[in-house]
Amino acid sequence: MKESISPSTAVPQPANLISERPPRRSFLGRFQHWEWMLVALVLLAVVVNTRLTPYFLNGQNLSRTSVDFMEMGLMMLPMVFIIITGNIDLSVASNLGMCASLMAVLWNLHINIWVAAGAGLVAGTLGGALNGFLIARVKLPALVATLGTYAFFRGIAYVLLGDQAGRGYPPAFTYLGQGMLPHTLIPFSVFLFAVLAVVFGLVLHRTTFGRYLFAIGNNENACIYAGIPVARIKMTLYVVSGFMSALAGLVLAARFGSTRPDIGTGLELSVITAAVLGGVDILGGTGTMIGAVLSLVLIGLITFGMGLKNIQDQVQTIAIGGLLILSILLASIARTISAGGVRINWRTVGLAAVLILIFAVFFFFFYWSRAPVLKAVFG
Amino acid sequence: MKRNTFYFVMAAIAVLGMFLSACGAAATATQAPAPTSMPATMAPTSMPATMAPTSMPATMAATQPPTAIPTAATMTGRTYVLVPKNLGNPYFDAANSGAQLAAAELGVKVLYQGPTTADATAQITLLDSLIAQKVNGLAISADDADALVPTGKAAIAAGIPVVTWDSNIATGGTQLFVNQADTQGIGDSQVQMALDITGPSGGEIAILSATAQAPNQNAWIAVMKTDLAMSQYSALKLDGIVYGNDDDTTSYNQALSLFKTYPNLKVIVAPTSVGIAAAARAVKDQNLSGKVFVTGLGTPNALRDYVKSGIIPEFALWNVPNLGYLTVYALDAIATGKIKGNPGDTFVAGKLGSYTIASDGTILLGKPFVFNKGNIDTLNF
Repeated sequence: MKESISPSTAVPQPANLISERPPRRSFLGRFQHWEWMLVALVLLAVVVNTRLTPYFLNGQNLSRTSVDFMEMGLMMLPMVFIIITGNIDLSVASNLGMCASLMAVLWNLHINIWVAAGAGLVAGTLGGALNGFLIARVKLPALVATLGTYAFFRGIAYVLLGDQAGRGYPPAFTYLGQGMLPHTLIPFSVFLFAVLAVVFGLVLHRTTFGRYLFAIGNNENACIYAGIPVARIKMTLYVVSGFMSALAGLVLAARFGSTRPDIGTGLELSVITAAVLGGVDILGGTGTMIGAVLSLVLIGLITFGMGLKNIQDQVQTIAIGGLLILSILLASIARTISAGGVRINWRTVGLAAVLILIFAVFFFFFYWSRAPVLKAVFG
Repeated sequence: MKRNTFYFVMAAIAVLGMFLSACGAAATATQAPAPTSMPATMAPTSMPATMAPTSMPATMAATQPPTAIPTAATMTGRTYVLVPKNLGNPYFDAANSGAQLAAAELGVKVLYQGPTTADATAQITLLDSLIAQKVNGLAISADDADALVPTGKAAIAAGIPVVTWDSNIATGGTQLFVNQADTQGIGDSQVQMALDITGPSGGEIAILSATAQAPNQNAWIAVMKTDLAMSQYSALKLDGIVYGNDDDTTSYNQALSLFKTYPNLKVIVAPTSVGIAAAARAVKDQNLSGKVFVTGLGTPNALRDYVKSGIIPEFALWNVPNLGYLTVYALDAIATGKIKGNPGDTFVAGKLGSYTIASDGTILLGKPFVFNKGNIDTLNF
């Protein structure tokens, strides 16, 4: 990408709009502390997993398990955009279910699978447009509007499919979710995600549009007065989010080789978790695409590693939750440091350390106590 | 500004260190019980001599990791995984208790691993990590019959035997389905229990079902109607069928209206766990105990009090611990190569005796198990 847009033309009065922080120009400049932290955590996860189980460093295993996180990843890309503007989209997984169900219904009516898939994509885009309309035009808070469509879209999925299922998709379609690139161990969905992640990353960090997103997240009113088409940008974001949810729905349906109306239930929280763990500020204004992608990789590695060690699913959930709290704590510490100049607010650091210690003790105790408890119950 | 970064990195390292130490401790803690539990499972080596390493399936040899790290698959002879629809469900926990009994008898290790919620996406992620470990067998209660087909196929392709129980995977995703009950057996048991309660003199009965479209309940009711037409059940008169929609309040109100509409009603048959509990509560609340009785399908923990007070003299369900027990024996029979999982194959499942695989690739646990005052305290789920 060429540096075709200079910050001064991209955002009028950048000093007022984009917080106190000096504008960052280089790509590496965006690669802030938290991203390095994530790199360290990813490496750590690889080392620990490799040490703990011989099944981890195995191309086929990694290839198989990576597919399990791609729908999450596809929905995470537009979610990063939306969260950076200080909004949220809770309806992504429901939209996914609606689109996959619509496709399944059409397929069950003996309509060509690609036509059905196209209809699914259109439905998802329209669903996103509905979100965008409610948020950008009717000016409903994003949380409330998408909470509404969260139930609405899932409801449509159940109306469409009921207790039926779509099944027997042709191999050309299931390739989307199950296929590999020829002569490699790279699943097609991973390839798709990687390409789209680069596209979304470039849009976020290298275009005027991307700069507007940060600006909106930092001060929406100032953006409106500065003549930035905030409503249109929001509309675009939710339409893109709807389209990507539909795409994720197709990939998931292809991976399952079937569709039921409850497909992908609960994925929205995993998507938001991945974005926030990636250093995207839930209040808007900061975040990087590479951070979000790294956090997705991290979540995948940790989940897979714990799965290989046969750690119960509940404990895995606790670990991911703990990691999320940790990331927010660290971000808060970082903010305290930068706000307080050179001096550290030791009280905050101490508080954080105590919290983390409690978490660590709890985690340790849970593990340590688990085996005997299980034995007592089932022995 | 450089110092900010420095402090931040220091804090980050400290936090990471704590996290790591927790991880390390956790890792050792999970491995700690292994040595103690190993002799226990190895000691009662009822394993036949044919289980010597030489005759182990080829996949076993391939799983031997290059390093000496003890893993699930190598700690004991064989490791199977019982995968329920979700964890923390007393029904599946009861099945696991039976599975562990079978594991002890066979001298194998059965892990109990499932998703937190009954969700196909989470179950597939879990199964992928189990396939990656090359465990010696999977016994799955599927969260989604269709969505699990590719995963089941992948496991079988990787040389891992797959058996389903409780909830089947569609064609190709499993080698054998351990069926807990068949339609005929359930329907028969419902009518037989009603006759047991009324005695030979018979009386009026009514059916409180789930929804009018519920496929399972409708199939059972069809069997019940056929049975009621037979001479041995001629003393029973079916007043009517009502639908509680598997909703507690609706079922309760339907029971109340049955009392009003049919004053001579003797037995409510509710082949649904929601309906049977609601009907029993309605009988209790209306002080009709001793006049109207309830029977049907349900789980013992929910109905224990009603059984003891005589409102539900007996009810049926399959024996869930035995379902887990039979599943492990069936999986072991396939994993050790005793059977291929083809129709007609016969194997012996410990205390349950001999089973033959039916033409549809399933084995049937047996007749429904009837719970009454005498045996309800022996079962906990």
